[in-house]
Amino acid sequence: MHNFLFGIYPYIALSVAIIGSIARYERDPFTWKTSSSQMLRRKQLIMGSVLFHIGVLIIFFGHLIGLLTPIGIFDALGISHGFKQVGAVVVGGIAGVMALVGGGMLFHRRWTDPRIRKTSSTADIAILAMLLAQLVLGLLTIFASLGHLDGHEMTKFMAWAQGIFTFQAGAAAHIADVAFIFKLHLFLGLTIFLIFPFTRLVHMLSVPVRYIFRPGYQVVRSRRSEPLPTRAGPVAPGRSTNK
Amino acid sequence: MRVRAQIGMVLNLDKCIGCHTCSVTCKNVWTSRDGVEYAWFNNVETKPGTGYPTDWENQDRWNGGWERTRGGKLQPKQGSKWRILANIFGNPDLPEIDDYYEPFDFDYDHLKSAPELEAFPTARPRSKITGERMEKINKGPNWEEILGGEFSKRSEDYNFEGIQKEIYGEYENTFMMYLPRLCEHCLNPACAAACPSGAIYKREEDGIVLIDQEKCRGWRMCVSGCPYKKIYYNWQSGKSEKCTLCYPRIESGNPTVCSETCVGRIRYLGVMLYDADKIEEAANAPATTDLYDAQLDVFLDPNDPQVIETARADGIPEDWIKSAQASPIWKMAMEWKVAFPLHPEYRTLPMVWYIPPLSPIQNAAEAGAIGMDGAMPDVRNLRIPLRYLANMLTAGDEEPVALALERMLAMRSYMRAKTVDGVRDEAVAAKVGLDGEMIEDMYKIMALADYEDRFVIPTTHREQVEEAYDLRGGCGFTDTNGCSPGINKGSLFGGSKKPLKMPEELR
Repeated sequence: MHNFLFGIYPYIALSVAIIGSIARYERDPFTWKTSSSQMLRRKQLIMGSVLFHIGVLIIFFGHLIGLLTPIGIFDALGISHGFKQVGAVVVGGIAGVMALVGGGMLFHRRWTDPRIRKTSSTADIAILAMLLAQLVLGLLTIFASLGHLDGHEMTKFMAWAQGIFTFQAGAAAHIADVAFIFKLHLFLGLTIFLIFPFTRLVHMLSVPVRYIFRPGYQVVRSRRSEPLPTRAGPVAPGRSTNK
Repeated sequence: MRVRAQIGMVLNLDKCIGCHTCSVTCKNVWTSRDGVEYAWFNNVETKPGTGYPTDWENQDRWNGGWERTRGGKLQPKQGSKWRILANIFGNPDLPEIDDYYEPFDFDYDHLKSAPELEAFPTARPRSKITGERMEKINKGPNWEEILGGEFSKRSEDYNFEGIQKEIYGEYENTFMMYLPRLCEHCLNPACAAACPSGAIYKREEDGIVLIDQEKCRGWRMCVSGCPYKKIYYNWQSGKSEKCTLCYPRIESGNPTVCSETCVGRIRYLGVMLYDADKIEEAANAPATTDLYDAQLDVFLDPNDPQVIETARADGIPEDWIKSAQASPIWKMAMEWKVAFPLHPEYRTLPMVWYIPPLSPIQNAAEAGAIGMDGAMPDVRNLRIPLRYLANMLTAGDEEPVALALERMLAMRSYMRAKTVDGVRDEAVAAKVGLDGEMIEDMYKIMALADYEDRFVIPTTHREQVEEAYDLRGGCGFTDTNGCSPGINKGSLFGGSKKPLKMPEELR
């Protein structure tokens, strides 16, 4: 069972997340959206949404860097395991509380405001509830981590995550003896990946970074099948080539 | 010089009777769907008033449109790209639906299904969002219809800027006009500029501004970016929507639905040639009062041989050039200078222009004593303050509006002399810088307003943009998702929300 949940399930979850997202983007782009409800009710949204998103972003990139950077790199940079563990607890703890407070506000708003409640789909409510549960579990793991601030426990997760990403058989064995709360946190996290393409979470894949690099502000589309020839300055009468 | 063509519109406010036929036909065609009940791609406001959504003209509040920074740079008033992205989790400038109105329906069924009662059964309103009972409707798409509501509220109208407005609250001095509004299909659209996804685009061939529904992600920056508040967030589909200038009709040479059905025949559609290289410079004119003239400079004379030749080189089809030469928009905006952009100070270079309305002469009792300028009354004595119109149409510059009104009065005077007295009064025409021939042309287009004079619309050249072979077996015009009708029935990936079930009235 342990091997299935942490050796095989990650591949199922990540495959569904990747293939499902591609399928959705390709087959049903009309459903790809943030589903913002700010226009229906501004109250609680701005504060809640900013706290939630910033907290979640810090946590997401923290996990990404913390889990997938090879241990050798940390060693080469002279970052001790203990320091990394304390850093993860402090930064993750602050960001986790931010996200939990913001997410709590958003959930309260979604659950109690008639406009938002009536226009929410089951998936909208479920995914927010799952994210909140995951945040609570993540914050609870801090108490387990406080018991071993030397960072030894954390290297197990790094070995596991990197094992999964490098297709090592038996990656699950790395985390066979970690505290139950961690396993719960991992399982729910993988499940969020599994349902990712079927929820509004997909909007995170279309973060509009290209906006910054778009030349100028305006977008003009032409339906011309062939581009116009380039030309310098106005054309004098009677010299036209386009007939 | 880079020549492009744009379908522009002019609305002759002098003839608008406020019948709302444009709004209703538009609604029936485009926004009779869930999520956009509150949205009116075309609406008619009574002015003076705060309009729909409330106070939309006040950009100190909404931060719509563009601004010229102290350094002389042109940027969206809600902020540069970085600032727009920084606000992506919560847009501080986004209106709430209550700034428009909460959409409602009535319990019509109760009228026929109610049991025997002491009193007549009534159809009470319910919210179209929550289905809950609304005890009192306190806002609608046209809440100030024919000066509804107190003057103290209506006088918050932004166009009263610089006017001693108190006297216009008095019954004897009150004035009124209608303002039909739709998307301006700007040359420098602030909505497109604010869209982080790049989903909003201007079409090169006809200038229509559209939202790619499959590319829109619902970041909602366009709603706050548009100073005219003519982008509507569909709260059901999670996408923004806007007036399409009825592009399927325009492409086939037909006028938009609002124009076609206009009872007062106030709407004109035609081609304008413009220089795409001049747009940024024009939108960035130092003073807001320069913007009207700057926009006139962007337009190109379709009779100038050099413009014609350059237009051909830039791929403008021959019949589009011909249409531009016969364009009623060109005549009204450029030759007669009777049409003006709506709020040029927003720096978007709007392409739906307005002919200001004439109004009765103030203090009719004194009319004999003052204000006659030869055969014509002085436009400064008209009931609608000149400054009010100027605030709306020329960023406060009264002179161009005064000349337009004088020309319209001169047209009446000239035609009266011609038809009643049988004399061609060239003097009255010369006084406003026109000649009799021009005035008769003005009369034909603005007063008689025949269908073919109002709408000079060349068809799209589909042969240049489509392979007919690839289109066989296609499904024609759709909104989104290949052959889907634009109403998402839902799939594995969600998309549809549970339809709102209106509660049954309890027996």
